Amino acid sequence: MRLVVDLNRCQGYAQCAFLAPDVFAMHGDESLLYNPEADPAQREDVMRAVAACPVQAILLEITDEDMANMVAPDAVAGAGSPSGGAR
Amino acid sequence: MTSTGTHDGSLERLKREGRIVVVGASLAGLRAAETMREKGFAGSLTMIGDEPYEPYDRPPLSKQVLLGNAVADHTALPRRRAIDADWRLGVPATGLDMAARRVELGNGDAVEYDRLLIATGVRARPWPNAEEGALKGVFVLRTRDDGEGLQRALAAGPRRVLVIGAGFTGSEIASACRERGLDVTVAERGDAPLVGALGGVIGAVAAEMHRENGVDLRTGVMVTSLEGDPSGRVRAAHFSDGSTVEADVVVVSLGAQRNTEWLSGSGLGAGPRGIACDAGCRAFDVRGIVTDDIYVAGDVARSPHALFGYQFLSLEHWGNAVAQADTAAHNMLSASADRRPHLWVPAFWSSQFGVNIKSVGVPPMGTEILITQGSLAERRFAAAYGYQGRLIAAVTFDNCRWLPFYEQQIEATAPFPPPFSTVDRRPEGTKPMPADFPDPSVPTHGPTITLSGYSPADRKMTFTPGR
Ligand SMILES: Cc1cc2nc3c(=O)[nH]c(=O)nc-3n(C[C@H](O)[C@H](O)[C@H](O)COP(=O)(O)OP(=O)(O)OC[C@H]3O[C@@H](n4cnc5c(N)ncnc54)[C@H](O)[C@@H]3O)c2cc1C
Ligand code: SF4
Repeated sequence: MRLVVDLNRCQGYAQCAFLAPDVFAMHGDESLLYNPEADPAQREDVMRAVAACPVQAILLEITDEDMANMVAPDAVAGAGSPSGGAR
Repeated sequence: MTSTGTHDGSLERLKREGRIVVVGASLAGLRAAETMREKGFAGSLTMIGDEPYEPYDRPPLSKQVLLGNAVADHTALPRRRAIDADWRLGVPATGLDMAARRVELGNGDAVEYDRLLIATGVRARPWPNAEEGALKGVFVLRTRDDGEGLQRALAAGPRRVLVIGAGFTGSEIASACRERGLDVTVAERGDAPLVGALGGVIGAVAAEMHRENGVDLRTGVMVTSLEGDPSGRVRAAHFSDGSTVEADVVVVSLGAQRNTEWLSGSGLGAGPRGIACDAGCRAFDVRGIVTDDIYVAGDVARSPHALFGYQFLSLEHWGNAVAQADTAAHNMLSASADRRPHLWVPAFWSSQFGVNIKSVGVPPMGTEILITQGSLAERRFAAAYGYQGRLIAAVTFDNCRWLPFYEQQIEATAPFPPPFSTVDRRPEGTKPMPADFPDPSVPTHGPTITLSGYSPADRKMTFTPGR
């Protein structure tokens, strides 16, 4: 699961850090740090973070590997197409 | 398939069965390729990159990676879609034959194109003395390999790190070192960190940030030489003020050089300042005539911007690479009447010492600065830059939510000083002060925005043929 955050767009609302704390973390009051290659186990949390970001700054790609590791594909609803980006 | 007109159907043919070649397989190259496929380009797409890796993201290299929060080889860029390209990775483009519409590769191959996109970016400026630069423990930071090597060197717990150059990258490296508890000295030729990018008023704030966080900051000095031990490892650096600093890791962070050498002699308008292109990303040839089949995007491009006096801007900004790639890709597949200009308002972010720094517009164009919100002392503020009575740029420290407001103001060519009375108290007063940029002819660590060329109305430009 690869991701990149457009930090020009990011306003530091920390929604993502709240929903997927293992992948996103605030650094100081406003700066966001994230793991660009998140563990497949974080998939649901990350997809929730993507959906919750108020400025849609997070671009996510679910790779084939993630698909292979997917446990219950129906468990995640409406958080972007599995093969494409989230923007 | 030489014309771009639609009357003879050549554009449709290009989209259906044309050959597009992208040189430079990084952020700009990848995003352009995705846009082309999104726009229905069904022909052959070749991606040429001299690095052996698929496109990856660079900003984390000086942030997450150096902090040890992410691994350098885990920074591959997410894809917006499949691009079905013929990837030629690990092989550089070495030449361009414009007449034959052919790119020559380092392995002897050649690839023909109907449209070419050049996105070869920049590379780190190396230490001027090659022998000293080759000492073990001396690094630059531009590539994934650089990031990986430097992170390993920091993890080994050096006694002291020396960072040469306090631009954004150098400052971020120093910040990461301090967070890892490493002793670090920063040497900067200018009077303060970030001074080339943001001027002396903000530079003074940056200098305080360094010192409060325990960085041994030396400004107004140059490193004159690096000294190695008998095993070829760097041991010390000598400064222009006669002092010596012992360090076992040295990071040379002196800005960037544009990757245009491979185009020399090709007849394209490419040189040390980048590749000149029009607002629609079409490259100029050396005669100043715009090409119709060669496009440019990202760090390597320099293009005129209507909002900033039609000056040619080279931007080493992530967002610019994304936006310009998108425009170039659109224009490559469009008839002339449907082309779009790249009029992106420059924007940049940096994260250092736990502070979020963001800017919009072109700060180095500003002659005056006004703290419009917050205060310098608290290191939480917004500052506006003025140029000839106009708002030209803004920077925020831990105040990023205001930035879109300034961006709108810049786009609307709002007056400076700003007429709005701000909601905050302003301890620094309401009178603008000089923004205090160094003389542009004096090189600093390397700005991330380069202004070059004059307004076409100025006629100041003198013509110097490249050959
Ligand atoms: C450490 C670091 C931190 C950064 N932090 C920020 C930040 O916080 N905010 C921000 O806005 N920007 C930041 N940037 C800048 C941002 O990464 C660049 O603006 C962006 O990468 C530009 O993308 P590009 O595709 O134009 O060029 P590049 O990413 O430079 O890619 C060009 C590619 O072309 C390849 N190439 C060169 N010559 C040839 C050739 N002859 N043949 C084939 N391939 C070739 C290069 O090897 C490279 O892979 C940072 C950059 C670095 C290095
Ligand atoms: S939710 Fe979006 S805006 Fe908020 S910190 Fe995360 S990326 Fe930034």
